[in-house]
Amino acid sequence: MTHISPPEIDEAGSTHARHETDAAAGSARRTANRITLIRRIVGKLLGAAVTLFGAATVAFLAQLALPGDRATVIFNIRAGQAIERTPEELAQINEQYGLLNPVLVQYVDYLRALVSGTLGMSYQQFRPVSEIILEQLGPTLTLTVTAIVLSWLIMVIWVTLTAGRGPRLSAFGAMVDTTAAGLPHYWLGSILLVVFALGLGWFPVISGTSTIGLLLPALTLAIPLAGFMGQATRAEFERTLQQPFIVTARMRGMSETGVRLRHVLRHSVLPAVTLSGWALGATISGAVIVESLFSRQGIGTVLITAVNAQDLPIVTGIVVLIAALYVVANLVVDVIYTLIDPRLPLS
Amino acid sequence: MTTTLVSEQDAAAQPRAADDVVLRARDLTVSFTRAGQQHQVVHSVSFELRRGECLAIVGESGSGKSVTARTLVGLTGAGARVDAGELSLDVPGTTDRVDLAHTRESQWRRLRGRRIGFVLQDALVSLDPLRPVGNEIEEALRLHGWGRRADRRRKAIELLDSVGVPQPEQRARQRPDELSGGLRQRALIASALALDPKLIIADEPTTALDVTVQAQVLALLADTKRRGVSQILISHDLSVVAELADQIAVMTNGRIVEAGTAEQVLRDPQHPYTRRLLAAVPGPHTRGARLSDLAPVTAQRHPHHDDGDTGPVLEARGLVKRFPRPDGSVATAVDNVSFTLERGQTLGIVGESGSGKSTTARIALALSTPDAGEVRLVGRDWSRVSERRRRALRRRISVVYQDPLSSFDPRWNTERILLDALPPGTPRAIRQSRVRELVEQVGLTDAVLQRFPLTLSGGQRQRIAIARALAPSPQILVLDEAVSALDVSVQAQILDLLDDLKRQLGLSYLFISHDLGVISHMSDDVLVMKDGRVVEHGTVEQIFTAPEHAYTAELVGVTSVAARQHPESLTLTDAE
Repeated sequence: MTHISPPEIDEAGSTHARHETDAAAGSARRTANRITLIRRIVGKLLGAAVTLFGAATVAFLAQLALPGDRATVIFNIRAGQAIERTPEELAQINEQYGLLNPVLVQYVDYLRALVSGTLGMSYQQFRPVSEIILEQLGPTLTLTVTAIVLSWLIMVIWVTLTAGRGPRLSAFGAMVDTTAAGLPHYWLGSILLVVFALGLGWFPVISGTSTIGLLLPALTLAIPLAGFMGQATRAEFERTLQQPFIVTARMRGMSETGVRLRHVLRHSVLPAVTLSGWALGATISGAVIVESLFSRQGIGTVLITAVNAQDLPIVTGIVVLIAALYVVANLVVDVIYTLIDPRLPLS
Repeated sequence: MTTTLVSEQDAAAQPRAADDVVLRARDLTVSFTRAGQQHQVVHSVSFELRRGECLAIVGESGSGKSVTARTLVGLTGAGARVDAGELSLDVPGTTDRVDLAHTRESQWRRLRGRRIGFVLQDALVSLDPLRPVGNEIEEALRLHGWGRRADRRRKAIELLDSVGVPQPEQRARQRPDELSGGLRQRALIASALALDPKLIIADEPTTALDVTVQAQVLALLADTKRRGVSQILISHDLSVVAELADQIAVMTNGRIVEAGTAEQVLRDPQHPYTRRLLAAVPGPHTRGARLSDLAPVTAQRHPHHDDGDTGPVLEARGLVKRFPRPDGSVATAVDNVSFTLERGQTLGIVGESGSGKSTTARIALALSTPDAGEVRLVGRDWSRVSERRRRALRRRISVVYQDPLSSFDPRWNTERILLDALPPGTPRAIRQSRVRELVEQVGLTDAVLQRFPLTLSGGQRQRIAIARALAPSPQILVLDEAVSALDVSVQAQILDLLDDLKRQLGLSYLFISHDLGVISHMSDDVLVMKDGRVVEHGTVEQIFTAPEHAYTAELVGVTSVAARQHPESLTLTDAE
């Protein structure tokens, strides 16, 4: 094609100067963006540290606030019977766990255990809390991550197929979203179990650790989440379909499917990405129910046992762990968000 | 009739086809079905576009011009019904024509981008804001199976270069928000030109741009035309059209009311609508004349705010305003700006986006405090005193913005909006009559009082915004781009209204606009701003006949295109 000569474009003769100013402005803007980005990352990491520290401190204070003498509680957990203890017996426990030390010293010891990664010793099992949690963390993480991936798949396919497709189909799609979002885990899990495991026999009734056994519990968590994220995504999807750049893409000869997959989807998943950070934490609490329903191993069982037995180091450990997962998930969400939408907020 | 598309060959090598009509529309009718009812929005529109020509379709909002344009690429919209005696596109190198009235969606997709390129306004939203502009151009190539990935990348850079984008390799990797308005509009045009279509449809391609950038983009389109690409230009702006068009079709209410060569239509308009449209364009030659044929309003002057002073109503000395940027550096938005607004006069502040004119307005209104310098209102301290002490003076100065809709509570009707704007202490007995008086002053009737902002037209909303600004009986109105979002005929009415009000109420205006035509029509004195500084200050005559600063000369040069159509104004514009 013929080259359109720049001098034509700018008769005032300022073409050259303008281009140079533009280039300088562009590079200055990029440097500015990079500095803003670094500031943001540092800010996020500091924020994450503060959040974790806060969660750990609250968990520690909760221990102190519980009623009853802690040495007695520990003794009773170990013995499995509730009786009065002699002062000599209690003194030994108090000595071992430093329960008579000033609160500040106990707090520092607690933080030290936290930082060293052992998270203290379980009263009941005489093992480091970190060991007990790590054993059970794998199955739970597998379950929640699978659930989130599944919910994304369901949500994206459903929204792409139904959003902005005329009033009837769109309304039907939105209705399904709302219904799915409102399904209680316990009820949905029972139905899936009765229909697909007991009735049709496609899946094992007791999930265990098998891959095939993972599907029903993961779906139980995924379907309500898909409905919930679908509501946010659908609204954004339909808004994006009206944007001028979508018209431009069509004017280039792009098909409806192409427009939806290549342009609209990227814009419309942003709210769901933000929700996913929250969802990881939320599905871990959902996992407690689902694990017991499907007889799966996992952190849920450990938490229930520990709460019933007042095995405080384990409860504290799980609280801190869930806080840590929230923090990590939100950092990951921030990174993904920036990858999808590289525009930096200028304010 | 449906033909298969032949592969593109070098246009120059082709024998000249017998029929050089690229696009022909005969009795094109478009209607939409809404709530079971048919609404016809385009009525029997006919036109022919010849090779290498530019046909401009001019009209105001709601005229059906954009619907017509979209129909030409089969994207009229959901629920649309298109009928045509003929709607056909030529096939280069043959005498065959593609029948666009009976084209399937799959066939449209092959035509869009390859045979017909489309450019929308404002590339900030017309290019995917999350993707680098290079990808958008490559996408246009990919959709039509053009070359391999690496070739497409190279071609995209070539295209950017060919539309005058400097450092194209680097620019291709940037997103629209990282490029200036002019560069991203060029990138948008490059994406439409990617497959070398012989027809480009441009829908308001320069509307969102500053005037100097607009001139560059128009020059680019003119170059494209010179290369033999036929164009359909959709615009509301007669100065844009005058620059580019060979043929002009004037559309209103879905009909073409006048069509002819650009020369005929602009110099010797036959239809009353065209005449009104041309007469409504403000410029130095329209000073003191009415732009619309609306009867003047009468307004009762309230004597209480006339305090017998004769000094200037608003004075600004050495204003400076700085803002921190996100990276910590400091931007100077307003740099040593001084002006004086005399009683009963209009001071125009003109500048492009980012020139600091709106920040200056905010400081004048004491909504923002200057970092240095001071503002005096009717001879008294204004910018340096506390808000408590300002309150007594507040009612002397009011403001009207570009978009009144966002400044109205959508749940309040007009009556409540105006009652709310009356100064505290207005006796209950006269509140209702005062609201009625305000509505009359701005040329509306009582019926409007019970309506809500959303149900009013753009012109009516702006009148209500003016009525609200007048409610406290101010001496000064700050008009910040107050007519910029309006159609030219509505703009003409509002400018006439402002002129009436100024004379009858003895108002002084601080008139802020990017549009030099509007500024020259309204102002006594003009301040030209660029990058936060005042580059020129003088009377309208000085600015237009003997601009001293190069920037002013450039600005005057590019804005006076429409004025060139009026022989009586040639003396003004030739002097540059």
